[in-house]
Amino acid sequence: MSATDKPLLSVRDLKKHFPIKGGILGRTQAMVQAVDGVSFDVRAGETLGIVGESGCGKSTTAKLLIGLVDRDEGDIDLGGKSLGRDISLRALRRDIQMVFQDSYASLNPRMTILDSIAFGARVQGLDDPAGRARRLMARVGLDPDRFAGRYPHELSGGQRQRINIARALVMSPKVVVLDEAVSALDKSVEAQVLNLLSDLRAEFGLTYIFISHDLNVVRYISDRILVMYLGEVVELAPVDMIWAEQAHPYTRSLFSAMPSMDPDNRTQKPPLTGDPPNPIDPPPGCRFHTRCAFAADICKTRHPALGPMVAGSPHWVACHLHDPASGHPRAGQGVPA
Amino acid sequence: MVQVTTNIPAVPPAQRGYWSGVLSRLRRDPVSMICAGVLALLILSAVFAPWLGLADPYQGSMIKRLAAPGTPGHLLGTDEQGRDMLSRLIHGGRLTLFIGLMPVVLAFFIGGTLGIIAGYVGGITNTIIMRVVDVFFAFPSVLLAIAISGALGAGVLNSLVSLTIVFVPPVTRVAEAVTSGVRSLDYIDAARASGANALTVIRVHVIGNVLSPIFVYATSLTSVCMILAAGLSFLGIGVRPPEPEWGLMLNTLRSAIYVNPWLAALPGVMIFATSLCLNLLSDGLRSAMNVRD
Amino acid sequence: MTPLLQIDNLDVRFKGGRTVHAINDLSLTLMPGETLALLGESGSGKSVTLKTLLRLLPEKRTDLSGDIRFDGTDIMTLSGRALRSYRGGDVSMVFQDPGLALDPVYTVGQQIAETVMRHKGLSRENAMDVALDMLHRVRIPSPKRRLANYPHELSGGMRQRVMIALALACRPRLLLADEPTTALDATVQIQILLLLRELQREFGMGVIFVTHDIGVAVEVSERIAVMYAGQIVEEGTTRDVIRNPRHPYTQGLLAANLHDVARGARLDAIPGAPPSLEVRPDSCSFAPRCPMALPACRQALPPVLTPGPRRRVACLRAGETLAAE
Repeated sequence: MSATDKPLLSVRDLKKHFPIKGGILGRTQAMVQAVDGVSFDVRAGETLGIVGESGCGKSTTAKLLIGLVDRDEGDIDLGGKSLGRDISLRALRRDIQMVFQDSYASLNPRMTILDSIAFGARVQGLDDPAGRARRLMARVGLDPDRFAGRYPHELSGGQRQRINIARALVMSPKVVVLDEAVSALDKSVEAQVLNLLSDLRAEFGLTYIFISHDLNVVRYISDRILVMYLGEVVELAPVDMIWAEQAHPYTRSLFSAMPSMDPDNRTQKPPLTGDPPNPIDPPPGCRFHTRCAFAADICKTRHPALGPMVAGSPHWVACHLHDPASGHPRAGQGVPA
Repeated sequence: MVQVTTNIPAVPPAQRGYWSGVLSRLRRDPVSMICAGVLALLILSAVFAPWLGLADPYQGSMIKRLAAPGTPGHLLGTDEQGRDMLSRLIHGGRLTLFIGLMPVVLAFFIGGTLGIIAGYVGGITNTIIMRVVDVFFAFPSVLLAIAISGALGAGVLNSLVSLTIVFVPPVTRVAEAVTSGVRSLDYIDAARASGANALTVIRVHVIGNVLSPIFVYATSLTSVCMILAAGLSFLGIGVRPPEPEWGLMLNTLRSAIYVNPWLAALPGVMIFATSLCLNLLSDGLRSAMNVRD
Repeated sequence: MTPLLQIDNLDVRFKGGRTVHAINDLSLTLMPGETLALLGESGSGKSVTLKTLLRLLPEKRTDLSGDIRFDGTDIMTLSGRALRSYRGGDVSMVFQDPGLALDPVYTVGQQIAETVMRHKGLSRENAMDVALDMLHRVRIPSPKRRLANYPHELSGGMRQRVMIALALACRPRLLLADEPTTALDATVQIQILLLLRELQREFGMGVIFVTHDIGVAVEVSERIAVMYAGQIVEEGTTRDVIRNPRHPYTQGLLAANLHDVARGARLDAIPGAPPSLEVRPDSCSFAPRCPMALPACRQALPPVLTPGPRRRVACLRAGETLAAE
């Protein structure tokens, strides 16, 4: 990356642990290491997809980015300004907004659609909040004359999600975090909303961070994909590269777990057994070693660092199999076929 | 931009707010309507009592003591001091209803505020508020009311204070629970994420959504409060004689049971009827508020 | 061979504040040992179909008409003991959220044993043995220990396995599955799907699997019935329906699938939204959104064409693709 190619959003060593309190005195009994040292950059205009399963920390990362949860450690830089040092949380919230998963709880049931969308603009003191809200409603495909005075329960899931998108855009943010934004929608509606997101991205020059458990959706909308497991980044690569070859054994399992679309070629064996583990007291060394088919002794003791597969490659992975100096019997050979 | 085709008709129907929907559902419920009617009658007669052309509730006559209901001139008879029962019952309604309803109204505002703050802010604030509330909760309400009233002394104002203190903790509990529930929903996160401060979020988003459950709960407390108020007066630590008040009347008419049981029962019937109507109306309100379109 | 399940002209209408014609003239045949996927989006009526089969719909608010025969017996006339024996004994169901379907105050072993005791009349000890055996069969690790666990002590994937064990403990001849993997992670979902396939081979029961995900339908079934607006618009073997979709809705669903789409390309989204079902459909419900709709489509219900044995398409124009072959 050249000096002028500075990322729009830069995250370094983000950490968030949640204490589990118990007992009579409410003492901390264990720590949920929800996000444990996550770093990544996002360039202006690109879409970074974040995938992972339950407990991987992707939702917590989203909340950390927009400041709904306070980070324990780490830096968040937006446009060169560091949160906490150079910009306040309130100022950050104008530039980075979130679209929530459509659910019953994503919109205030007692507020009209117009008020829900305009609320953010009003809070930030922007001019003409109602006008902005109406224009955005039209932009996301909902006629303001018909929908402005409606309540959320009168709309379908797809329509509510359009409202969520309009709400996120009312402050003209630079970065939009989409946390499972299309996961609750029917497939035909999902396609409509994805088209809308693509259009808006082009029109407003938005940068997306797209969090999802659905690999197909992430592949479609993202430029780069980041894979999380138990609070850490295990792989980060441009979409085409990771689709062609998954460097981390977990990523490979994740990809193989997608149901087959070919009736003559159905999946015969599950790529991983057991459930995604709990981020309380994660395993030592590489956190995936307890379920990894290629784990060796070194994996139980030494934590692999996130680094390029080969020097200069944009495809990064955190696995001893790819590090020639790791001490793994197959060091430097990659994942066996 | 392709417009989304929807199933919503081109001309939206007249926008019905949430509360008008509640009202219309309530209107269709016969039980609630009857109770509302009875209560309205009671309240109106209590409010307009001085102008209803009734006998003087304080004017007694030793000759006419404990006259049976139906005696000419006294529709419901007379009490142990010869005062007209009908007049005393209707005038008594003023005090009983006042002491019965006012504490709940006050508790709704005080308890509601405390509970919403505790529920929204959480943490140590929540702990402090809720544990203090728990201390009061540990006492049975009747005992607590008697203890506080006993300490403060008899009288309408003291009864008011004592009953308000009794009812603030339960309302706070409910308010805190409901607010905590709402607090964790996504739309609150979205509001916070747009940069609003806590007060704005509470004012715009939380209050509208927690008010109804707290309100319904508070209305269900009114019947208990009425009975407690009457009870305090019955025990002599509420309203002082010669004020007419149903609970007090129950006490003073106790000995009349041997002479004319109907007389002794009348104030009790009023308490029962009012509290039943309040209860049923509160249930009806809860059902009406629960339905989502 | 008697069909395991025969549904003829089923209509389900919900009364109440709003009328909803949830199912409209649905007919379906399932032979013993077959696995059928009911594919559809929300509002298509797929879950209502399952609930109707177990008579789980609220009686006062529901108007049912039509014929449903399980192994020759009319289930609409069942009541009392016969109905209780049918539910859970002949036909059982696996639900989407195992956290909600399992009773939190009883251990896993107790819940499985209870249903076995009730349906098979076994003693508690024997029933516990059956429960242990079922936990083995659903591949739960350390099954003996899990017998004494409460549902909240298990992870989502394990709870779903327990639910499957519970549903199969009495060896039902038909298993109904209402989106059992929708709430699970991808790596767990594939395990559960493969487990269901294996158990179906072992036990030989018929399976009706409701889902909105085409990939899931492919992995788990040999036959697919596509539902839209309370009707079956297309049915056939999985291979045939996926390779040769003939109904425009099925074609739209497959086209909207992101599996093979080029990155960033415009998606072929089906415009609009499903109908509200307040009135009984008297013309093709999909016509307002159909790229191939003709005026005739809006005037009468579409004919059901049968291009092959046990293959049907409810579309006026399905014949054209046939003729083109």
